[in-house]
Amino acid sequence: MSSAPPTPLPARRVRSAPRRATRDPRWARWLLTGIALAFLAFFLVLPLVVVFAQAFSKGGAYFLATIREPDALSAIRLTLLTVAIVVPANVVFGIAAAWAIAKFRFPGKSLLTTLIDLPFAVSPVISGLVYVLIFGAQGWIGPWLIDHNVRIIFAVPGIVLATAFVTFPFVARELIPLMQSQGTDEEYSAITLGASGWQTFWRVTLPNIRWGLFYGVILCNARAMGEFGAVSVVSGHIRGETNTMPLHVEILYNEYNIAGAFAVASLLALLAIATLVIKSVIEWRQKGTA
Amino acid sequence: MAKLQDYTPGATDAPFQAARALHSRSILPGFGLSLGFTLAYLGLIVLVPLSAAFLKTAGMSWHDFVAAVASPRVVAAYRLSFGASLAAGTVNMVFGLIVAWVLVRYSFPGKRIIDALVDLPFALPTAVAGIALTSLYAPNGWVGRWLAPLGIKVAFTWTGVFVALTFIGLPFVVRTVQPVLQELEPEIEEAASTLGANRLQTITRVLLPELAPSLLTGFALAFARALGEYGSVVFISGNMPMKTEIVPLLIITKLEQYDYRGATAIAVVMLVSSFVLLLLINLLQKWSRRHQSI
Repeated sequence: MSSAPPTPLPARRVRSAPRRATRDPRWARWLLTGIALAFLAFFLVLPLVVVFAQAFSKGGAYFLATIREPDALSAIRLTLLTVAIVVPANVVFGIAAAWAIAKFRFPGKSLLTTLIDLPFAVSPVISGLVYVLIFGAQGWIGPWLIDHNVRIIFAVPGIVLATAFVTFPFVARELIPLMQSQGTDEEYSAITLGASGWQTFWRVTLPNIRWGLFYGVILCNARAMGEFGAVSVVSGHIRGETNTMPLHVEILYNEYNIAGAFAVASLLALLAIATLVIKSVIEWRQKGTA
Repeated sequence: MAKLQDYTPGATDAPFQAARALHSRSILPGFGLSLGFTLAYLGLIVLVPLSAAFLKTAGMSWHDFVAAVASPRVVAAYRLSFGASLAAGTVNMVFGLIVAWVLVRYSFPGKRIIDALVDLPFALPTAVAGIALTSLYAPNGWVGRWLAPLGIKVAFTWTGVFVALTFIGLPFVVRTVQPVLQELEPEIEEAASTLGANRLQTITRVLLPELAPSLLTGFALAFARALGEYGSVVFISGNMPMKTEIVPLLIITKLEQYDYRGATAIAVVMLVSSFVLLLLINLLQKWSRRHQSI
């Protein structure tokens, strides 16, 4: 190779031809990158920065005082309680739905998959409204509930139900394609080798889907903690009782306590950042192993 | 690996019989339990509540229904919601394509962080986005301050609604176009170039038709999300009836006035629009899958 004096020109042409075909000129690259970064800076980075800037605009002491206020603490507690009920419920549902859809054949499967995605197509406000129509004072079983002194709307159960509706598809839609792509071979082997159904699930299926499950939980959790529209309709906005964190942000903002509103908002923004970091780590991990 | 430890003596010839049996009938347990639970939970949380909206409206006379869903204030809200969602979706289609292109084709420092950041509108609670955008675009805000002398008002106008909806829909086009662009083989661009197309012709005649289904899907998803969006819009829009009142807000207003029927009738109109969109999106995705497999 090295001894032969090749004619350098044609060799270079051959090598650079495909590059030129799929590569944009330098000015185009700079221009497009510039446009993309400017667009993202305006629409993503600035809003995120302004949250933290405003949260600390009255100093760290004010920030701490705002989030330690009894109403703020009760909002945080209620948000955590809601998540603690909704996320496990949707995890159990997501696993059951994915097991049925990915491991078995039955008629109406694609209809079922579409129905599971339905809550994503519904406005959060309508998600809250439909529960008011059932459990509200004028609703289907509202009068019965009042007679028996059970409160669902303008109380914690309503908040939990509305949040469950809004976050309904998250775990299932992560798990269904994942379990479909993994097929049923490993479960078949486990069963034929004498494992029981639950043993197969805990020792074979669950380890296989754990990252997808984790991913779904993270997304479900972020949406459950941050849900505003649906919860706003069913909560009744009772301070210290039925106020979740996003509703508390709204109340402080409408009282012109801007620094206070952003202080609570910054906690939710931190949650969003943590969600993105965990999500990216899982994605990079999967790319690394694939 | 764990499978071997679960091996039970006496089942030695079972695998072969089982393998043959697979084609006819599944040996996996739990079908009844998992499907039963799925249907029960789906029915209780989603289907029964949604049907409540339709049943409530079915109890209205046609005349009342039309009066509720076609009054001037409601029509103004439809116009705003559909118009601003369409505009935001279109802007996202253009810029989303550019962002996806830059993220797939070019390399620059911080690319991974930028890539992760694209999902921010999915992760950031809408109320937080709402107050952040309002504070940026208010006349004394970081951005509004520079626009005010130019006579451009964003917060509390149509433009404010549009900005919020653009934020909320931003990830959709990027995330639908990105994987398709990644899968696209460089050979087709090389072929176009070999056959004498210049770069612009290659992009408009070869690449864009390939990307069209995913671009449209992303647009439709962003549009559908924008139509129902509430949290990020109510703070920045100013909520003036006939001017900056979006449909979801109007539903809440009617509820607060105890006009349950009026609220539900509008909700049914929005639900039907969403379902039509969902159907369109499903068809688009089918089309784009077929498109890719060729």
